[in-house]
Amino acid sequence: MANDRKIKIALAGKPNSGKSSLFNQLTGLNQKIGNFPGVTVDKRTGTCQLDDKSAAEIIDLPGTYSLYPRTLDEKVVAEVFTDQKGKFYPDKIVLVADATNLKNCLLLLTQLIDLKIPTVLALNMVDLAAKSGQSIDLKKLERKLDMPVVMINARNGTGIDELKNILARPLKASSKTIYQSDEESKSLIEKIRIKFNLTSDYEAYQFLQQSDNLVFLPKGEREFIRQTAKENNFFAHKYQGAETVMRYGFIQDLLNEVILRSSDEGWKKVSHGIDRVLTHKVAGYVIFFLILFLIFQSIFAWAQIPMDFIDSTFAQLSWRLDRLFPEGPFFELISHGIVPGIGGIVIFIPQIAILFAFISILEETGYMARVVFLMDKVMRKFGLNGKSVVPLMSGWACAIPAIMATRTIENWKDRLITIFVTPLMSCSARLPVYTILVALIIPDYKVLGFFNYQGLVLMGLYLLGFLAAILSALAMKFLIKVKERSYLIMELPTYKMPKWSNVGYQIIEKTKAFVFEAGKTILAISIILYVLASYGPPDVMNEAKETVRKKTTGLNLSEAEIQERVASYKLEHSYAGGLGKILEPVIKPLGYDWKIGIALVTSFAAREVFVGTIATIYSIGNTDDPSTIKQKLKSEVNPETGGPRYTLAVGLSLLVFYTFAMQCMSTLAIVKRETKGWKWPLIQLAYMTMLAYLSAFAVYQFLN
Amino acid sequence: MVKGETAIISGFTDEQLSVKLLEMGFLPGTAVRFNFTAPFGDPVCVSVSGYDLSLRLEEASTISILN
Repeated sequence: MANDRKIKIALAGKPNSGKSSLFNQLTGLNQKIGNFPGVTVDKRTGTCQLDDKSAAEIIDLPGTYSLYPRTLDEKVVAEVFTDQKGKFYPDKIVLVADATNLKNCLLLLTQLIDLKIPTVLALNMVDLAAKSGQSIDLKKLERKLDMPVVMINARNGTGIDELKNILARPLKASSKTIYQSDEESKSLIEKIRIKFNLTSDYEAYQFLQQSDNLVFLPKGEREFIRQTAKENNFFAHKYQGAETVMRYGFIQDLLNEVILRSSDEGWKKVSHGIDRVLTHKVAGYVIFFLILFLIFQSIFAWAQIPMDFIDSTFAQLSWRLDRLFPEGPFFELISHGIVPGIGGIVIFIPQIAILFAFISILEETGYMARVVFLMDKVMRKFGLNGKSVVPLMSGWACAIPAIMATRTIENWKDRLITIFVTPLMSCSARLPVYTILVALIIPDYKVLGFFNYQGLVLMGLYLLGFLAAILSALAMKFLIKVKERSYLIMELPTYKMPKWSNVGYQIIEKTKAFVFEAGKTILAISIILYVLASYGPPDVMNEAKETVRKKTTGLNLSEAEIQERVASYKLEHSYAGGLGKILEPVIKPLGYDWKIGIALVTSFAAREVFVGTIATIYSIGNTDDPSTIKQKLKSEVNPETGGPRYTLAVGLSLLVFYTFAMQCMSTLAIVKRETKGWKWPLIQLAYMTMLAYLSAFAVYQFLN
Repeated sequence: MVKGETAIISGFTDEQLSVKLLEMGFLPGTAVRFNFTAPFGDPVCVSVSGYDLSLRLEEASTISILN
């Protein structure tokens, strides 16, 4: 093996086999998260130092049971392994297998053997297998498969060094052939193999089996394969069934020889015992909702402490910089535009971290699969799928990863409905809007000594979004007619303690994605907004001071008060003020003024910008005071009534508006990508905006 | 089948679904155990080939059994 380029090593295996843990063990923090080209399937790559001389690029592939894909995620795996010229075609594969359940893990392995790609078998969870009374004859297994077998524990790192050593050495493909195609198709396979210059018969067979899935082949060639297959009576489905049965036959014989088993299945019984409680008619749902409630309370209560700290730190920083810098537009941009803008991004981190900590613990323990199991029947009534629960729940963090997670739903209609309604789930970007407005209009009382009103209102908003999502799904179930069946065949993994470093990686990954992807939009808009709000038609702006002075002569105002009025006059006549004023007649029935109008316009790109906009607008109106946004809003007066601007009616109307409105460019972009066109995102945008406008209208008119 | 019962898989009534079921370890001749159901009786949890799977009733009903 030449050392002038990094070798590529792919990690493959079925879901829940410990692939991600192994990936984290091998690469540590040297990870890159991206997409596979052309599709939006997560691609995790990282570098691993194998020994002193060589390093390797590790690719973590989506979990799959076999090469025959049912979802986009699994399709990627089939493509990677059959595209020899592809960017990701691995030099070596590590097949991660769950030793407690070898049988199902080895199906993919036997297919890889036939593809003639050098492979190492990594047996994970050997400790658990041993506890269940199973021991494996490693030498025999190596001999029978003609490949190295390593025992690892991906959770604590045992065996990782040995695996690295094996990967650093040259590795030959296994000489075994497991699947022999039947006589009739032999000549056909040979023909394809020669035409495409493939190394193995099985690869040619895969070309015949799934020409539609192999998008790296030019269209004409795919058509050629399809025609050839048809002419030669190649029955894809029939052969697939026969192939699977044959492979399992081989695996069974193999396992009979290498596994010494005692009949003790005690560890399984523990899982069933837990399941009896967690999937119980009553207890199961009670526990599920208690967990959900715990998540809300912790986001609201625990996250508050670091958030307050971040909030005051950035307010201080902005104030100090203002004192430190000489006057000038550039320095003002930094202290009033950029610093508060960055503060507005950083403030989300505590909430995102806590939420993903919970979600990843639920996934790690195996509870998430039970949530699907519990909810499938209910969700199906609403045109959703048990698998929709995970994206919908993730929608509480952010619609973007949630919509990406819908890829695990095989059925197109179920998937489309899930994508369509997920943005109605209150995402973390709405939380700052909620938090500020709830704190502003709802008194901080406690009920029963434990729950406070603010927490209850917050939970109510989440439920409102959830109900809107469910009811919209129900409506869509009847509107969309697709003839495709939906199914749910899913493993229920045994319960495990979560591996905390995996939880940690998940938190880092999600936070990074937010800060560097959503953060860019937020910062850019904060700056544009600052400029829009600080500059206007030059003649009006230059004369601002004079105009205000003329108007206020005789009022006997102090110099500071005049300054404030100048600033507020400038904002009103800035470009942003103009935009807000144009909108005012449209949003007046909802109880909003032009300042809220500006915030609505700018937060169309991303809802969280509402808070940033409000911060910018009011800090410009009142530059000397480093007080927090909340206090500024509280002191804001409605000139028509003389009372506070943010009354209960206005506050609730805004809350409802933000619960339903799309207000997120990034979501639209991801929906466009996932549905392959502008049709669905535009329908979604129109639907959600209408829903938001009408509901906010109803709320304000009713309460006012 | 009733809860806790074990049976032998004899075949499938749905060709399209059978490929997926085979891959997941529902092989003719292997034992399948019906463990428990979700609260509304659907989906069901079964053990096959040494692990637990959840299936909808309509999916489970395409598996023919001998018992």
